[in-house]
Amino acid sequence: MDKIAVKIDDLTVAYNYKPVLWDIDLEIPEGVLMAIVGPNGAGKSTLIKSILGILKPIAGSVSIYGKSYEKQRSLVAYVPQKGSVDWDFPTTALDVVMMGTYGSLGWIKRPKQKEKKAALEALEKVGMLSFKNRQISQLSGGQQQRIFLARALVQNASIYFMDEPFQGVDATTEIAIINILKELRKAGKTLIVVHHDLQTVPEYFDWVTFLNVKKIATGPVKDIFNDDNLTKTYGINYKVSIQE
Amino acid sequence: MLGSFAVLRKQSLLGDAISHAALPGIAIAFLITGAKDSNILLIGALISGLIGTFWIRGIISKTHLKSDTALGLILSLFFGFGMLLLTFIQKQPNANQAGLDKYLFGQAATLVESDVWLMAIVTGICLIVLLLFWKEFKLLLFDADYTKTLGFNTKFIDILITTFIVIAIVLGLQTVGVVLMSAMLLAPAAAARQWTNSLGIMVVLAAIFGAFSGVVGTAISASQNNLSTGPVIVLVAAVFVLISFLFSPSRGLLFREIRFRKNRRDLKLQKTLSFMFNIAKTHEDISHPHTIKILNNFQGFTRKTLQKLVDQNYVTISENMWSLTPKGFDSAANLYNQNQNQNE
Repeated sequence: MDKIAVKIDDLTVAYNYKPVLWDIDLEIPEGVLMAIVGPNGAGKSTLIKSILGILKPIAGSVSIYGKSYEKQRSLVAYVPQKGSVDWDFPTTALDVVMMGTYGSLGWIKRPKQKEKKAALEALEKVGMLSFKNRQISQLSGGQQQRIFLARALVQNASIYFMDEPFQGVDATTEIAIINILKELRKAGKTLIVVHHDLQTVPEYFDWVTFLNVKKIATGPVKDIFNDDNLTKTYGINYKVSIQE
Repeated sequence: MLGSFAVLRKQSLLGDAISHAALPGIAIAFLITGAKDSNILLIGALISGLIGTFWIRGIISKTHLKSDTALGLILSLFFGFGMLLLTFIQKQPNANQAGLDKYLFGQAATLVESDVWLMAIVTGICLIVLLLFWKEFKLLLFDADYTKTLGFNTKFIDILITTFIVIAIVLGLQTVGVVLMSAMLLAPAAAARQWTNSLGIMVVLAAIFGAFSGVVGTAISASQNNLSTGPVIVLVAAVFVLISFLFSPSRGLLFREIRFRKNRRDLKLQKTLSFMFNIAKTHEDISHPHTIKILNNFQGFTRKTLQKLVDQNYVTISENMWSLTPKGFDSAANLYNQNQNQNE
């Protein structure tokens, strides 16, 4: 058996009265590139946010490599939804990527040359080096998404959580991003990605979790990505019919 | 200076709510001590300002009300309560009561040396805290959820920023007064935002604008009789905002309009040239003359654009005929590419 990177037990989350996530048990093995799919309001983002402690679950526990998330924080990086921040904030692309180093710096200490170098390398990896001094409001949606990815890369984590990194980006950026994700997986990292485009799941991912408030199924794409699970998740008779 | 953070948090009205919330604190502090010692009154203002702020926080997080509703609610509630207390105090046979209403509109003339020292010290402390936690403040302002995942205690940073905003407001109350204080907090920050895209420069600029409006406003009001200082300071700050909106190079309305016009003119010129190019292209000799009349078919064509093209040596005219020069032909062929390069 592979090592388990993330283990979730009985996770239940509710915003008001209605539960958004119900009794989620999930084990994510190390080194997979996993998609979380499900309809709108299925709790995909909520799942990630609860794992990361941004939201407080009503019940349940999360462990990262067998220890609590608080102790393993440095192993985990997060790419939020692009729309979650104000891109008119007065700062540059490089500065945003530098933020990825703040966690390892801790309180009060300032980023130095070493951090700057790491940020520049990450920018280069996502193909945004020439935009380093660009005001972030003047970047296109795809470029902003790459900046967010670079910020997570700087954290040099083992597990990456990404909330819809392909949302609103053009084909070029989508390919650039998926190539970086595949590279990360090759390096032994674990990647958990909230994903919307069902067509590309078999092409991009090797592991998938179907979610709709409850967990429907989880496992290798080639075994469980089928019409049966899709129908269970989306409620309608869904046919993607994977080509053999 | 701290206003920058309020503006960037989209909580601009928080300042207004806090300053109004401070009023009952001043009144209650007076009622309890019966003295008009400004330090004690300010502590009262600080306490009720903080209570107001955290109530607003509570309302936003515990109910479904939007933040502007919560702000408006707390603002009017505290201000109404404060006014009630003030009228109550005025009816009392206490010789000291006169002058409390100066906190409504502010009166810089009542400042004494110890007040100024207090302000200087607190400003110094704010500055040190700001420098120490600069990185954390910036991170929280930009992306609060992400800040949490990096392991920072966001509540602590949040309370720190808010507390300092409250302190700054309470200190300004004596000078500018409850009603106008929020302008003092926001105007310099709004003006500064127009000039820069860097948070650091923005904060420094806001501090300079704020200090400058303070000095100029005081000078103006001192030179004239019967001009109260607070409103003059706020008006000076407003002038800064106006100038910044109009004239800042990148975001200002004036330069934007100029750039916009110039861009349109250039494009018109280029399109005319390319129209000519398409005609000239059909002939063996690119300099083959054509009548100017056919250009009238092209929307947006004027004699002026033609003259401009002549000035740039792209076109030559003789009588009613025009012809492209080789230079004009080449540049017309590359127009689209040129445009692309410029935009990069």
